[in-house]
Amino acid sequence: MPDRTDVVYHYDGSFQGFLCCVFQAYAHREDPALILSADACQESLFAPRYIQTEKGQAARVLRAIPQKMGPAGLELVRLGFLCRLPQRELLLLRLLRLGFAQGPSLLRRLTEEPVCTLEKAVRALKHEAHLYTGFVRFSEYQGALSAVITPKNQVLPLLASHFVQRFPDESFLIYDKTHHMALVHQGRTAIVPLENVQLPAPTEEERRCRALWQQFYQTVSIQQRENPRCQMSHMPKRFWADLTEDPGGLRQKQLGRKGLGD
Amino acid sequence: MDLMDKLKILVDAAKYDVACTSSGLDRTGQPGSVGSAVACGICHTFSADGRCVSLLKVLQSNACAYDCRYCVNRRSHDTPRATFSPRELAELTMAFYRRNYIEGLFLSSAVTGTPDETCERMIQTLRLLREEYRFGGYIHAKAIPGADARLITQLGLLCDRMSVNIELPSQRSLEQLAPDKSPRSILAPMGQITGQIAQNRTDLVRYRHAPRFAPAGQSTQMIVGATPDTDYQILRLTAGLYQKYRLKRVFFSAYLPVVEDRALPALNTKPPLLREHRLYQADWLLRFYGFDAEELLDEAHPNFDPLLDPKCNWALRHMDQFPVEVNRAPYELLLRVPGIGVRSARRILKARRASSLDFSSLKKLGVVLKRAQYFITCRGRGNGVPITQETAFRALVSQRMQAALPNCQQLSLFDPPETLTGEDVRACLTGQM
Repeated sequence: MPDRTDVVYHYDGSFQGFLCCVFQAYAHREDPALILSADACQESLFAPRYIQTEKGQAARVLRAIPQKMGPAGLELVRLGFLCRLPQRELLLLRLLRLGFAQGPSLLRRLTEEPVCTLEKAVRALKHEAHLYTGFVRFSEYQGALSAVITPKNQVLPLLASHFVQRFPDESFLIYDKTHHMALVHQGRTAIVPLENVQLPAPTEEERRCRALWQQFYQTVSIQQRENPRCQMSHMPKRFWADLTEDPGGLRQKQLGRKGLGD
Repeated sequence: MDLMDKLKILVDAAKYDVACTSSGLDRTGQPGSVGSAVACGICHTFSADGRCVSLLKVLQSNACAYDCRYCVNRRSHDTPRATFSPRELAELTMAFYRRNYIEGLFLSSAVTGTPDETCERMIQTLRLLREEYRFGGYIHAKAIPGADARLITQLGLLCDRMSVNIELPSQRSLEQLAPDKSPRSILAPMGQITGQIAQNRTDLVRYRHAPRFAPAGQSTQMIVGATPDTDYQILRLTAGLYQKYRLKRVFFSAYLPVVEDRALPALNTKPPLLREHRLYQADWLLRFYGFDAEELLDEAHPNFDPLLDPKCNWALRHMDQFPVEVNRAPYELLLRVPGIGVRSARRILKARRASSLDFSSLKKLGVVLKRAQYFITCRGRGNGVPITQETAFRALVSQRMQAALPNCQQLSLFDPPETLTGEDVRACLTGQM
């Protein structure tokens, strides 16, 4: 008997919740047409079903993944879940179904769906996380460091280990404006949902440090070699808003100066 | 002088140093210290010239005792001078590092007083950072040619990467433009560092806690375009440095006229950026693609083609080795195909274990077919493009360079009409035909 496809799953949006969706799909012999997280609302022809997150079910699926698909399979599922990808839950469900049937060799099928799409998305996620290890800019307020980022993918889980081991004794906060999550480290580390963060005005010390950094940034560039295309391809403009050195502002200033000269 | 002015002067003086990499070393942060290092290196921002900014690149001082003709800091040049005290520089580094502006410090210095004194001041700064501030981030230090070997050793134990600038690619150029430096004074510290890194390797095997000497290796840089040296000479020197001195990187810097001098190109000379780019491309081929300098250039072709990158150029001159069958070719051969890099080649190896590949699957893997299609077959078939030297050449030249090509020739069924040249006419008239 083929699986039923005329259902839509709703879940709480967590990784555990997604694993429960996988469990339910197997348990009820269903192949959901859509899997939506709670905050996404979308009209659909099919009857929605809310999947409760139950730790036991999630743990069973989580245990099965490395057993059937190897550690690399689990890694792909975990990271795939953090990607910005339309229908990532459905893709991951398809990956798991194939993986449970075929074993770890599935991961070598880089040219076939859904591995191809997921691999590509995970590459983009890792790349963005790597860029953010450099582009995060902390400001100091009363001894604690805080930063705001606007990533496309959910990079915080990948950034956590890097910054925690780099600044083991600092207290810091990285706020992800896109996904409204924050990485908080103060002795221990947590990633918590956070609606909004209002950072206090910079102190005198902080302002001075920023000014020094801006001075450095402007001075280190060699004028005869100016190459804005190269700069933008390495550091796309979407990152500029959160950077202390404000590369865009510098360009504006230079254009203004040229304009006056003319 | 306040810190802001000092920073401006000393960054301005240091910006012509090319190396700003923070790679080659993994070091996890320890409780009680600040900082770590990542082997792949991290770029923290990109300046308006498109160069990566990874380290706080400054000079300890720009008050130089030497008079190298190409250098902005030369003694006879009228420019403001400044010197960081070790404490100032260490505090600035920490303030920047904690805010994640930088990956570490790049410390160089003009020779103030004697080389030994200069080196000692740098050691003081690094010692403050490492011991008092417990700084665990990346430090790149310039070895000062002419400094005592023991000071170089101390410097090496405090930093992660060391470099000695070879400055110019030949002895003649060096004599001409840097009369205070000799090849020997440059190569001696370089050789010492190489020896100590090798020695340190064996020490580490014997004693696990042996102090590490320049664990991220050694690099160097040279100026391109200030002297008549050819690309072939430069590339051979580069390959030699990698082999003999085990360098991690050789950097090239396109010559920028910053000072007026009779021995130098005029002040309005444009920096040879394309030439520098081609040299870097070739440098990558030496380090990651298994090419030799002699394969890329020779006496007959001493310079790179401005129209084509070195790999395409090599492939076009060796059309007999192509096409390569993607499903069977070994890794080394795949790497030689234009459009296939290290990542694509690895991905091809992985994917072809699962199923045989065709052109559409190569595209999915991310191979740049635009170039590769002229050099590969999939399951014995090409991509339907004529595989000849001429068609491949026209296709490989980048859009921007197309304008520089001579006009395309219209294909013709007939031989072009013969035209009489002045020579023929003369031969006719004198009856010597």
